[in-house]
Amino acid sequence: MNLQLIRDILHNGLWKQNPGLLQLLGLCPLLAVSSTVVNGVSLGLATALVMTLSSGSIAVIRSFVPNEIRIPVFVLIIAVLVTVVQYLMNAYMYGLYVVLGIFIPLIVTNCIVLARVEAFASKNSILPSALDGFAMGLGLTAVLGVLGAMREVLGKGTLFSGIDLALGDGAKDWVLHIIPDYQGFLLAILPPGAFIGLGLLIAGRNWLALRGEQKARNKPAPATAASPEAAQG
Amino acid sequence: MKRIARSTLQTAANLVFFAVLATAVLASTYFLTHDTIVASEQREKLKLISQVVPADRFDNDIMQDRLSIPASELLGTIDNTIAYRARLQGEPSIVVLEAIAPDGYSGKIALIVAVRANGELSGVRVVSHKETPGLGDYIELGRSEWIRVFDGKSLAQYPDGDWKVKKDGGRFDHMTGATVTPRAVVKAVHKALIYYGENRDKLFAANEPKKETTK
Repeated sequence: MNLQLIRDILHNGLWKQNPGLLQLLGLCPLLAVSSTVVNGVSLGLATALVMTLSSGSIAVIRSFVPNEIRIPVFVLIIAVLVTVVQYLMNAYMYGLYVVLGIFIPLIVTNCIVLARVEAFASKNSILPSALDGFAMGLGLTAVLGVLGAMREVLGKGTLFSGIDLALGDGAKDWVLHIIPDYQGFLLAILPPGAFIGLGLLIAGRNWLALRGEQKARNKPAPATAASPEAAQG
Repeated sequence: MKRIARSTLQTAANLVFFAVLATAVLASTYFLTHDTIVASEQREKLKLISQVVPADRFDNDIMQDRLSIPASELLGTIDNTIAYRARLQGEPSIVVLEAIAPDGYSGKIALIVAVRANGELSGVRVVSHKETPGLGDYIELGRSEWIRVFDGKSLAQYPDGDWKVKKDGGRFDHMTGATVTPRAVVKAVHKALIYYGENRDKLFAANEPKKETTK
């Protein structure tokens, strides 16, 4: 694994092929759990852990799995890993486990996990695969975190609320009250807020990508093709 | 034909192998973490109980003074549960009941309901739930103070018709957009109080060995 490959994989996961903003996979937790930064980032990290483990282990066993049954085997492995992570969190990070609740087992149904396994890990060796899973998971975490921050500030006027549940009572003072005596804005907390926020994030990402392309001026054609999409975001 | 049968068998054997491997991994993780999980749940429960039973209200060992109570429709329980009794100088002080609200937005909400000897609520806490994060989860004390609305309430104070959320014509506040969750909790607490009213003497009866000790 050379340096260029590492950089490509990280770049793909975090920006170029970001699962939340570009592949638009894994929307279930994106929309449901991103109501606060802490929820979003915690679930993102749990997903990143599952993706790293599942991509890595599937890269190891890929040559033993017949092509016809690869999907059931992959799903089986992902489900096992998610359950293992769930048990471990329940045992050693009880507070966080209670916060994330139903969304931990739901990582199984997050199609980004299976998508990366099928698209990358089933064709590559262990280290690049694990790194790909990690980078994609981190990309998702970043989107969940930013979306969570937007929704939390707009919806509740705070940042990092609930962080004591993740890091222990000592972190209670870390909660930032951005807007004092805020009445709350329900739309931002409810699922539509997640759709709108995600739309804005995608628009922002497209705008940045477009600007980068125009600056480089190497491929003008895709830049014009992408512009209406960016405008409507 | 033979070749097809063989390759099918091979594929099936392969799938079985992975299924067995997966089961082994799961089972060993379960056994490795089980004790820790039970311990942290127990610790969490103790923490909750000490929240609803003020220290100046008892001088007995609450965790030992317990009573197995059979499943009850009023408590929403489908299995035997444990009631913990707090006593002050031998007099009944507070009983802590487990209750289940079966009709939460996404499944059951497990509660503990602490009732003082005079029928007033000493406090209610949520033990576990699967309500929508950021929406229905304000029933947790860590997220909002809502659950404290029950403190001091009793059947004597509110007639049956008042044990509803305000949207349904009752006396209990709720947050806009999330009424199903508090509605379920209010209903469960109300029913637990009725259960307490019907069984008060039994609940505070001293531990006697005549009751079956097996669960």
